[in-house]
Amino acid sequence: MRTIHSDEIENAVYALAKEACLGMIPSCESALRTAAEREAAGSAAQFALETLLENAQTARTEQMPVCQDTGYAVVLAEIGQDVHIEGAPLADAVNGGVRRAYEDFRFRKSVCDPLTRVNTTDNTPAALHTEIVAGEKVRLAFLPKGFGSENMSRLYMLTPSQGVQGVIDSIVETVRLAGSRPCPPVVCGVGIGGTFDTCAYLAKKALTRELGTHNPRADVAAIEREALAKINALGIGPQGFGGKVTALGVLCEVAPTHIAGLPVAVNIQCHCMRCARYEL
Amino acid sequence: MKKLTLPLTDEVIKTLHAGENVLLSGELLTGRDCAHKRICEMLDRGEELPFSLAGATIYYAGPCPALEGKACGSCGPTTSARMDAYAPRLLDLGLRGMIGKGERSDAVCEAIVRDGAVYFAAIGGAGALYGNAVQKSELVAFPDLLSEAVYRFTVKDFPCTVAIDCHGGNIYKR
Repeated sequence: MRTIHSDEIENAVYALAKEACLGMIPSCESALRTAAEREAAGSAAQFALETLLENAQTARTEQMPVCQDTGYAVVLAEIGQDVHIEGAPLADAVNGGVRRAYEDFRFRKSVCDPLTRVNTTDNTPAALHTEIVAGEKVRLAFLPKGFGSENMSRLYMLTPSQGVQGVIDSIVETVRLAGSRPCPPVVCGVGIGGTFDTCAYLAKKALTRELGTHNPRADVAAIEREALAKINALGIGPQGFGGKVTALGVLCEVAPTHIAGLPVAVNIQCHCMRCARYEL
Repeated sequence: MKKLTLPLTDEVIKTLHAGENVLLSGELLTGRDCAHKRICEMLDRGEELPFSLAGATIYYAGPCPALEGKACGSCGPTTSARMDAYAPRLLDLGLRGMIGKGERSDAVCEAIVRDGAVYFAAIGGAGALYGNAVQKSELVAFPDLLSEAVYRFTVKDFPCTVAIDCHGGNIYKR
């Protein structure tokens, strides 16, 4: 048994929020650079991608958030079952870290009541997902999730007969219907299987992976590749200006499902993948 | 790259064509979801707006709070489609420029042509770059809306692409 004080978790979330909001992950920045080389010289598509690369540089030098939508704070926590957390409840520690970071680093507070639209003024609550795992470590991933892209996400309850083709079609359709709105080139986090709720969680979790990685299952990796090729054939292009690069990656995660179903969740991420990780 | 000064004149708007990359400098107003709702509610009640729409350009954006010594925090465009329900009415009342990201409804495209206006696409996600190009920021209306309040910005060299022009040209329709 290992004891971790909730203050350590709060401080970790505070540091992760800063790191995540100030810049995109390196694999995303290099994917944008490659994309800029693929688009036609002087095109609006290339102009958009070059502006984004310049923006990433400005965010670094000025220590400003790379995007003003510093998002709904999504925290994925893997908690070893041999860990005892003392002090405040876990959710309070996570929300405390979010509250302090969004105030201290001047991030935008974007969380409000769904009906009255009154802002909570401190960007809490975070969306906290916990998984109890073996061991005595705590692993945290912080994803500030912008809603221009979140709004374009979809969940399909396919029938088993729709199979692999149905899965690929659902991913491509989601990106096609989103058009220019989610700030393409996008990244698709895809959950395949599970239940209505766990499928959506898998899609979110997929977005914590690095770009350029593939699911270890060969058949799932094949879905990732085929869906990406079909999305890039849509021609939506960067910012919807038309072009070769509509998505930077498709990241799929799978889980067993019911004999009667085939859930597919497509969580759209804009071109700016922001994610920070820490192990306690 | 073409450099434009805000507010835009009708003559300048006529020279713009979808697909052109431009740099905008001058004054614009910010406004997004909640501000648009309030503006239209005020118009419904016959109240005078706290700013003039005549010839104005609205930037669909909600900035991060400014860091010390800066006029504005990160401030990229938000998705324009959410303002489609309100935009034709504002265009008919004299609004001439809109800056945001993503495609617009048919009703907005028609109003752009009818009113001789223009829609610029700013590059979604380039928040730090746009925030840094704001030289002056002044709160104009609805302070309780926080980042969604209406601000008057003085900007320098805002990189944009003409997305929908007054001749019916549309970068999103291919």
